[in-house]
Order: sequence, then C-alpha cells, then structure tokens
Amino acid sequence: MKLPTWKEIPEGIVILEAGNAQEYETGSWRTYRPVVDKGKCTNCLFCWIYCPDSSIIVRDEKMEGIDYAHCKGCGICSKVCPVKAISMVEEGSL
Amino acid sequence: MKTKKLIALEGNQAIALAMKQIDPDVVAAYPITPQTEIVQVFSEYVANGEVHTEFVTVESEHSAMSACIGASAAGARTMTATSSQGLALMWEMLYIASGARLPIVMTVVNRALSSPINIHCDHSDAMGARDSGWIQLWSETAQEAYDNVIQAIRIAEEVNLPVMVNMDGFITSHAEEVIEPLEDEEVKSFIGEYKPIRSLLDVEHPFTVGPLALQDSYFEFKRSQAEAYKRVIPVVRNVAEEFARITGRKYDLFETYNLEDAEIGLVVLNSTAGTAKEVIDVLRREGKKVGLLKPRLFRPLPVEELKGALSNLKVIGVMDRADTFGGFGGPLFTDIRSLLYDLPNRPLITDYIYGLGGRDVTMDQIYKVFENLESIYRTGRVENLISYIGVRE
Repeated sequence: MKLPTWKEIPEGIVILEAGNAQEYETGSWRTYRPVVDKGKCTNCLFCWIYCPDSSIIVRDEKMEGIDYAHCKGCGICSKVCPVKAISMVEEGSL
Repeated sequence: MKTKKLIALEGNQAIALAMKQIDPDVVAAYPITPQTEIVQVFSEYVANGEVHTEFVTVESEHSAMSACIGASAAGARTMTATSSQGLALMWEMLYIASGARLPIVMTVVNRALSSPINIHCDHSDAMGARDSGWIQLWSETAQEAYDNVIQAIRIAEEVNLPVMVNMDGFITSHAEEVIEPLEDEEVKSFIGEYKPIRSLLDVEHPFTVGPLALQDSYFEFKRSQAEAYKRVIPVVRNVAEEFARITGRKYDLFETYNLEDAEIGLVVLNSTAGTAKEVIDVLRREGKKVGLLKPRLFRPLPVEELKGALSNLKVIGVMDRADTFGGFGGPLFTDIRSLLYDLPNRPLITDYIYGLGGRDVTMDQIYKVFENLESIYRTGRVENLISYIGVRE
C-alpha cells in the first residue's frame, strides 16, 4: 500500500471514511493461532459473540473459520468455547 | 458622525464582554486567579440568558481543555480562559487541540508559575506553552486584549488552529481602563457564523478524530501541521485590516514606537511596553534616538517582518518576563537574537530578565536599561549578555 505524503492527508488528525479499520491488518501481531476442529464445533457462536476483533467468520448462522488477517491471537474464543473445539497453536510450530 | 461609546472596565470584564458579544456555542472553564473574573462575569451572562452558550463547569483545567476539544471537534465555536497553573495543567491537551486543528480561543491572564507559589504577573505560563502549536497574541492594554479576542475568533477559524490571547495578570486584568467596545451587532457581523469544515455531530458524514498514528504516519501529520503556520501571518494582517475599517484601531504583527530612525531599540511584550513608551517620550525630548518594538503575534514568529523592522538598529535590548532555566536567556531574546543572525550587519543585543512573580517594573528601571544600552552603543561591547533587573543583589 502506498502511504500518502504530508500534502495528501486531510487537515487535522482525522480519518474521513467510516468503517475502515478492516484495512489495517493486525493478524501479524499473533503469537498463538486459534485452530478450529469443526468435528467438535456445535455452531453455538460463543466465539463470534466474544471475539473482540470481529475475526470469527460466520455464514448462514454457521461458524466457518477465523479471519487470520485480523485475529490477534488473544485466545478468548478458545477459552469460551463450551466444547473445546478451538485450540491455540504457536505460530512457529505450524 | 457616530459618537464614541466609552466605558470603564477591568481587563477581565472587557474579555467577558467580548465573549458575551461573540456568544460562543460552548465555554468550558475553571476559575483561577487572576483569570477567575472572566469566567465569573461570563457565567452571569449565561445565568441571565444573555448568551446562548452551553457553559460547562468542570473539575479542573485539564477537563476544561478536554471539554473544549470535544466541543470544537463536534463543530462548536468554543472558548475558555485560564492562568498559570491552570495552563500548565492543560499542557498535554494543548498539543491535542492544535494537532487536531481545532480553532479554540483562550484568554491567558499571564501569571507566574510555582514554585514558589505566586499569583502575580509574569510570562512563564504562556512561554511554557510556546511550542504547543497555539497561535499567541499578546496585549498591552485591556482594549488590545478585548480587540485581540474578537480578532482571534476570525484568525482561529480561518486557519483551523487554536489561539491564545495573552494579557498581564492584575496589571491589565484587574486595572480599570476606559475602553471603546464594539456594538454587539458589529461583533456579530465581524466574526460571522462559524461553519466548521466537519462536525462530529454530522451523522451523515462520520469521521474519526485523533486516531493512533505510529511510525508510518505521525511524521506526516506533524509536517502538515507545521505548514499551517505559514498561512497565519497573512490571515492575522487581513483580519486586522478589516477590524481597523470598523474601529479605526490599527493592529499588525507587532507595534513599533519611534523605531524608524532609532539607533537603540527595546523589544518587550504586554503592559511593560506602555511604561517603556513613557520613558521613550522623555528620552526623545532629550534628542536620543530610541524606540520600541512590541510583538503582538509571537507564535508563529513573524521572522522576516521582525528582521526588517530591527535591521537598522545598532543596539537592541530585549526584556523578558520569563526565564529559561539553564537556557540561553529569556524566550523572546533567544528568538530575536537567532533571527538577526543572517543579517550582514547584526545589531548588538542584550537580554534583561525582569518582573518575575509580579515584581514591579518602574520607569527608573527602564531609564537604567536605556543607559546600559547607550553604553553598549558607545563602547560597541556587550558586557553582560543576560542580566536580571529589579532583583535584590
């Protein structure tokens, strides 16, 4: 991504578009990666409710996986999962 | 011909009157000596329904400036006032106001900083905020402070930067002075309606103010901010010209007094300039070529204009009502001395630190300053680059 020069940015410290946090990829911060075992998952969506970074991908009310471009690896999904379907795996070991 | 309306007001009351006539959307302020009366009188206007202002009483100056920042980002015309420790407590928020390019206008009634605790005039408060990105206007009299506050609204909103209007604590804030205010309608039409470039309350155009900007962006924001100050000087001049058309009172980046043919010049801020003018009148009658330059716009510093005005002098005395402990003379001195550096024939220059903590500065002291400057003129040598006057030795 080409970053703007000082002449191209708007006056004041502002971001003029709404809902663009998605453009900032925070996935590289992760030390532990949540890995889902879909065999155990009951699609209760606790992980989706608790994820602070909106990184649980849900389609048709089904948990479909994790958005690794934004997941910071906090591990909350793994903690709250009632059937222990999400395990935290060290990034380097994958 | 229109008759002049003259009224006797203390400096603080004059500022409160200016604020009443401006009728800002939001005022968030906390009382502190010697500024208290501004907020107190203004709160009466609010209570009496004479203004439409949302008046936010806060628990500290840090909160006052924080509330002003929020209000200004929401698109409100926002004002406040403070002094000394109050300004010091606002410190981190001052940088946020200027960085976010919010046109807040604040009167600072100049008072010494602790310690030791003191409530009287010096300029250490505003000088401590010198690099915070606030435009600084300085005022010799209550009339100038009143006029500066009204002009500050226009300046701030044209360049999207906050403005601090300075006047001397007690000397100007509490002394009764005959001033000629504008009519309410004149103020209203001079400042016009505030149209913010964007407002947080405009839900159709959501935006983020004050986000995190790390190694990849912080520098660009600050470089962009630095550029904004280049626009200030012409705006200050245009606003002053327009103001003169209404009032007949002329303002510029600085005032000169008998400076054109002077060989010895004094540079001094605020009320002491008035005392110095009296001394200059006496010395002029004795045939001495002495003059004065009183900065009005101190930030941004009008470097080229000051250079032009001071270049023909042989000797310059700078009077600083603030020290820079461990530094190289007062803040005014270091600026003036530095901007003269490129001149082919640099004037000799010396600094007098005076009046700290409200110590009276008398005509006698200023005569002595001119005597000292004359001796530098005769000998061509500066014995003491930085000296303290009016202190018990």
